[in-house]
Amino acid sequence: MIRFTHVDKQYPKGAALKDVSLHIAKGEFVFLTGHSGAGKSTMLKMMFAELMPTSGDVRVSGFNVNEIRPREVPKLRRRLGIVFQDFRLLEDRTAEENVAFALEVTGAHPDVIPPKVMRVLTQVGLAAKSHAYPTELSGGEQQRVAIARALVNDPAILLADEPTGNLDERATRGVFQLIREINAGGTCVVMATHDLDLVKQATYRTVEMREGAVVFDSGTDDSTAEEES
Amino acid sequence: MRLVLREALNVFRRAPALSILSITTIAFSLYVVGLFGLVALNLREALRGVEQRVEVVAYLLRGTPPESIAQASEDIAAFPEVARVTFVSEDEALTRARAELVEFRDAYRDLAVNPLPASLEIQLKDGSRDAAHAQLVAERLRGIGFIDDVRYGREWVEKLDRLRNIGGLVGMSIGLAFAVVAVVIIGVTIRITVLQRAREIAIMRLVGATRGFIRGPFLIEGALKGLLGGILAVIMCYASYLLFRNQSELATSGIVFFKTPQILLGILFGIAIGLGGSLVSVGRQLKNV
Repeated sequence: MIRFTHVDKQYPKGAALKDVSLHIAKGEFVFLTGHSGAGKSTMLKMMFAELMPTSGDVRVSGFNVNEIRPREVPKLRRRLGIVFQDFRLLEDRTAEENVAFALEVTGAHPDVIPPKVMRVLTQVGLAAKSHAYPTELSGGEQQRVAIARALVNDPAILLADEPTGNLDERATRGVFQLIREINAGGTCVVMATHDLDLVKQATYRTVEMREGAVVFDSGTDDSTAEEES
Repeated sequence: MRLVLREALNVFRRAPALSILSITTIAFSLYVVGLFGLVALNLREALRGVEQRVEVVAYLLRGTPPESIAQASEDIAAFPEVARVTFVSEDEALTRARAELVEFRDAYRDLAVNPLPASLEIQLKDGSRDAAHAQLVAERLRGIGFIDDVRYGREWVEKLDRLRNIGGLVGMSIGLAFAVVAVVIIGVTIRITVLQRAREIAIMRLVGATRGFIRGPFLIEGALKGLLGGILAVIMCYASYLLFRNQSELATSGIVFFKTPQILLGILFGIAIGLGGSLVSVGRQLKNV
């Protein structure tokens, strides 16, 4: 599903990734941990082709990120759901409109949009607040809308960059539980976080980054993980 | 397509102030270009009026037989530069002199012999009313035996030529400068709109919108603003024209306004710069997000 092979990312001020090799299988849940600047976000950005590696090979859901053409980037991103710490919702649109937007840009038929939007809003527990604007929602609720938006295209992979970073403890638990349920449904989840309490709550695979390198990988049981499609 | 159009129209609803600002900026930029165009247009019209008075006069020797004059008139009328040849007899010349040169009316009245020669007045075609063509016609006329002298007000025509050239050059450069300024201002205004929506563009890209989908609404928005700005500019130009015409003593000399094709061209220019400004701004912004 996701494979990094000897990946380096060099910036003028230094290296962001150093010889990273990693394989994440279909349906897996992986925590990317480490301090700020350890390279977690750089890895996630490479997964959705926002950044290109300086050297090495990155493959995501059948796409070779090294060689991806600009016109193919939207195709890759439609197979992913992406969630950020700052939610990235459009303030002038309701929860429903924010979610529908992700379907509209893919050219989905107008008839299929409302039922799909309601389905994911129900899944994240926000059906009752579908007409609320982001400013009328709490942080946890806003992140749920962002997750609903990420889910509406039925992605094979959910990438979450510090999704609970701006949330209080209660909201964090709720959002984390939601992400676990999504994974239980078969979606591969890669979640960058520096919240070790969260990591300890579950027995998922943990990859620890330090100064651009993978320093610890709790590993995966390759015999049970399905190979890349 | 419907969605792209909806997104474009939504901009006017979501950011009315900025939209009005862009449209007004486009309108005023085009208004300045339009005003200058009006001045240039009227200057050209005025020059054309003067131009029509450019003619070559061939004075005939006394006693030239009428058949020779008739034959020569036909030959001259066949010159490619010539529009019309008019024969003015000696008597007609005197009558005209008495009427036009009031100061000399008495002198002409007391004459025993008419001193004025007969002449052929040769009007030139449109596009040939300049010093070079007039000189060419004059040279050919001088070759005809019974033509005594040829005049076309050489200095005056050459001055008109210079005036026309300077007018054209100044008109083109100032017009072009204003047009460039308009394009830059419009580009900046649209860039502000794009920057204001940088967050939205970033989100669109994240959820897998194609470049065409992201560009589409901005381009339609730019073209729409250009269209509205262009129409507003035409209205302002027309209002200025009416104001000037009604207050000016020049009313009788017939100042003119743009014709329909020129108006449409102006509006089309507005659409083009709206579209061009958006294209450049969005292209740049898409690289940044």
